[in-house]
Amino acid sequence: MTPLLQVRGIEKRYGARIGCADVEFDLYPGEVMGIVGESGSGKSTLLNCLAGHLKPDAGQVIFDTRADGPVDTVTMSEPARRMLGRTDWAFVHQHARDGLRMNVSAGGNIGERLMAVGARHYGDIRARAVDWLDRVEIAENRVDDRPSAFSGGMQQRLQIARNLVTEPRLVFMDEPTGGLDVSVQARLLDLLRGLVRQMGLSALIVTHDLAVVRLLADRLMVMKDGHVVESGLTDQVLDDPQHAYTQLLVSSVLQV
Amino acid sequence: MTQDYNFAYLDEQTKRMIRRAILKGLAVPGYQVPFASREMPMPYGWGTGGVQVSAATLTPEDTFKVIDQGSDDTTNAVSIRKFFEKTAGVAVTEETEKASVIQTRHRIPEAALREDQILVYQVPIPEPLRFLEPRETETRKMHSLQEYGLMHVKLYEDISQHGAIATAYAYPVRVSDRYVMDPSPIPKFDNPKLEMAAIQLFGAGREQRIYAVPPYTKVVSLDFEDYPFEPTKADHACDLCGAEDSYLDEVILDDAGNRMFVCSDTDYCRSRREAGHVGRLGEEAA
Ligand SMILES: Nc1ncnc2c1ncn2[C@@H]1O[C@H](COP(=O)(O)OP(=O)(O)OP(=O)(O)O)[C@@H](O)[C@H]1O
Ligand SMILES: [Mg+2]
Repeated sequence: MTPLLQVRGIEKRYGARIGCADVEFDLYPGEVMGIVGESGSGKSTLLNCLAGHLKPDAGQVIFDTRADGPVDTVTMSEPARRMLGRTDWAFVHQHARDGLRMNVSAGGNIGERLMAVGARHYGDIRARAVDWLDRVEIAENRVDDRPSAFSGGMQQRLQIARNLVTEPRLVFMDEPTGGLDVSVQARLLDLLRGLVRQMGLSALIVTHDLAVVRLLADRLMVMKDGHVVESGLTDQVLDDPQHAYTQLLVSSVLQV
Repeated sequence: MTQDYNFAYLDEQTKRMIRRAILKGLAVPGYQVPFASREMPMPYGWGTGGVQVSAATLTPEDTFKVIDQGSDDTTNAVSIRKFFEKTAGVAVTEETEKASVIQTRHRIPEAALREDQILVYQVPIPEPLRFLEPRETETRKMHSLQEYGLMHVKLYEDISQHGAIATAYAYPVRVSDRYVMDPSPIPKFDNPKLEMAAIQLFGAGREQRIYAVPPYTKVVSLDFEDYPFEPTKADHACDLCGAEDSYLDEVILDDAGNRMFVCSDTDYCRSRREAGHVGRLGEEAA
């Protein structure tokens, strides 16, 4: 089977400081990869390089496109990369306000990606927006409300709906449950797990929270100082960590 | 005539710079061409963009007309007309027929324009994507990549809030299947007239942009399949000239709530009345 994503030698520097370096992995269709590590370890830098938001200084991000098969998205034309960004790729930000249009209704937020790829029937767009509100457990009668009238958890669910409406094949998530209350986090995780399974999504999830990866990720990469220090099946890494840093990470979490 | 100014106020070099922007705009219909807007002896919001385009367009042989919301005699229209009478010594007219260059704010004349005419629009905000995307770097990219989904988000919002596309002015259009363009705050009733025989030039002074629609260029108003574009107007005839096909202004007559509808294009209304057409209140008003 062709990997959906092949990451080769990704490196990003901020001046002399390393953002991330020497990152390599394959992601197969339907797989969820967790990326964990302490603050400043390079998780967001890596994710943004992979999603085309940052240009890496070296390396390839080869995506198995529908039309042309595996293509290096770092060197593909910008229009093509942006097109991927609103069709086969989705990006869920930690702060919902970075991923939503706060001055546009919930329905308009969900409909935007549909309209971006040419949907021109208002009734259809609205029906799909309502359907997606339902799938992320937001009442249908909120469809015309702006996200500013929503709670943090609802905003995050709306952001997810807005991203998944075009049925992307690869979802990038940066701390999707960060900054939410614990009970709200649990509900969101549940929802995400359900959607990932139903839709057979492939995803890269950056998080501090080992409970999140335990629940969602098939595989896990542990980052430190911009490098991947350990990777493997999630249960294996968490239950039998090999690298001293992973051992520390796992034990410190278990103590909490 | 003793001339204290260069012809049409601006120096020749500035006019050449503006003409280059105009030609570029005509070559790439609907594309916003940046230009170095000059200080004009009138405040922004008074049509400094349109005035600069007119200044670079006028020749001594031209006959110039200015309308503001369809009318030749508002303060704004009168002062711009006087400005070019004085600085360019050109002939002026209120008759659409007789004008070779027409500067307008917020209307397209009712009479069909000809190939030997130029219509110059005053534009306050040239960027149609600004409402939803304030970042200029981003809107420029959206234009260059034809990422226009956001325009439909705006129309979607309209329908979801008002049950119909409520945008009544500055209704966005796609020019020549390429650039999405703000036609300036003309009523959407005027949008179908954007496909015309005359040259159309748009000048935004504060925003330093010029754009253009060449003669007979395809101009499509954006819409949804199930909410098609409709060029609406008040459902009345003009009370002065009886016209049923012109854009109407509503005029309050007294405290008792009496009102009348009159053509916003004053020249069109006058010429119809001169030709013998009479509306509901025509005789009294005449
Ligand atoms: N825009 C930037 N300019 C300079 N240095 C940066 C920039 N963004 C990140 N860095 C640095 O790159 C390294 C990796 O940062 P990154 O944000 O990727 O970490 P992270 O693992 O996502 O952290 P967190 O868990 O706090 O979100 C850090 O040393 C950080 O200070
Ligand atoms: Mg981060």
